Amino acid sequence: MAPVENAKKSAKTGKKNHKHPVNKYLSGGILRYSKSQMYKRRALYRLKNVKQPIVPKTKQPIKKVKKINGPKNGGERTVYLKKPKANYPTKRFVKKRPAKSLFSNHKRNIRRNLTPGRVLILLAGRHQGKRVVLLKVLSSGLLLVTGPFALNSCPLRRISQRFVIGTSSKVNLGDLKVPEHLNDAYFRRLKIKKDKKSGEGDIFAVKKERFVPNEQRKKDQKEVDAAVLKAIKAHPEGKFFKKYLQNMFALHSSQYPHRLRF
Amino acid sequence: MPFQRFVQTGRIAKCSAGPLKGRLVAIVDVIDQTRVLVDGPLTGVPRQEYRLNNLHLTKYRIKFPFTAPTRIVRKAWTDSDMKAQWKASPWSSRSQNICKRSHLNDFDRFKLRYAKRQRNKLLTIAFNTLKKRTKSDGTERKLKKDKRERIRELKAQGVKKGAAKK
Repeated sequence: MAPVENAKKSAKTGKKNHKHPVNKYLSGGILRYSKSQMYKRRALYRLKNVKQPIVPKTKQPIKKVKKINGPKNGGERTVYLKKPKANYPTKRFVKKRPAKSLFSNHKRNIRRNLTPGRVLILLAGRHQGKRVVLLKVLSSGLLLVTGPFALNSCPLRRISQRFVIGTSSKVNLGDLKVPEHLNDAYFRRLKIKKDKKSGEGDIFAVKKERFVPNEQRKKDQKEVDAAVLKAIKAHPEGKFFKKYLQNMFALHSSQYPHRLRF
Repeated sequence: MPFQRFVQTGRIAKCSAGPLKGRLVAIVDVIDQTRVLVDGPLTGVPRQEYRLNNLHLTKYRIKFPFTAPTRIVRKAWTDSDMKAQWKASPWSSRSQNICKRSHLNDFDRFKLRYAKRQRNKLLTIAFNTLKKRTKSDGTERKLKKDKRERIRELKAQGVKKGAAKK
């Protein structure tokens, strides 16, 4: 893409020019300084009597005579050394779009207070109103949280930061390492394959599949929760902190969320 | 009941809005019906005109001549021991409590509620026992349980059935 390169170059040279007095267009397409004024401002008179040594340019050949084999081909042909382009852009300076539009390439901006060990209040979903512990921010930008399950029966779960209030209280998780395999793929919803052949017949007979945690999930839950529960116990107000997580969040009379501190 | 608090020189007032909200000032001069000149050298309020709409008058007044310079206002303020007086006032303690409550975070609010619940539990138990043991005319009511317990105690001491009745 030649036009892009050109545009870049012009931008660079434009920056350099700022060292010298710059001429610019006023509204109406009139130049701010006339030719003679610019001559003065840039002190070009200094160079008036300076003679630049003339360097003889060696002419580089553009074309080349090529031998062509085969009969009825004329024997030789003049060919451009630099091959002309096969196609030209129809518009000048077409900007190349960066390939960042993929969702996986998006930049994630996580709220600054959402750090591991933070107690969050869930605002949406099946576990809304529960207070949970934030474990990690996943690569998709979703938050990995856990109840812990023993306290408020909220399992290891992903949730968007939009549906969460970050409180100021936190648990010191230390250097708790969440297992590597607890990633976005781990939590992905399994799609039920449809039978195309028998799809028409019994729509009503198809039962809704319920989510049942498998052994792996149960094991992971236990492992992670054990560490989190230990951290909760180590909290200076451990007894209350446990009760705090067990309790649901609710707004009471004359409490307005925009006036509260969390 | 006639008015007790007036917009007058030396009146201590509390700013109720804006960046100075909650600070005490002394009225130095009355500019017109809606504005006064205030000064709060010991509360971090620079001398300025202030709208009366945004002032709440207190019952306190310190003595200095009107349009007195900051130096004199400061002296009158310290001499009258305004700080201690204000601190002792119910208004001040109330506003401090409001401030405390608004600064509670989620965990603190939970702890407060928990403590309240514990207190109320004890209160209801105490209240219910009292209620059981008092008749509607205010005299003490004896329960069957008391009689049984007394007999049990006496038995433990080795007193016979007949002797207890006497």
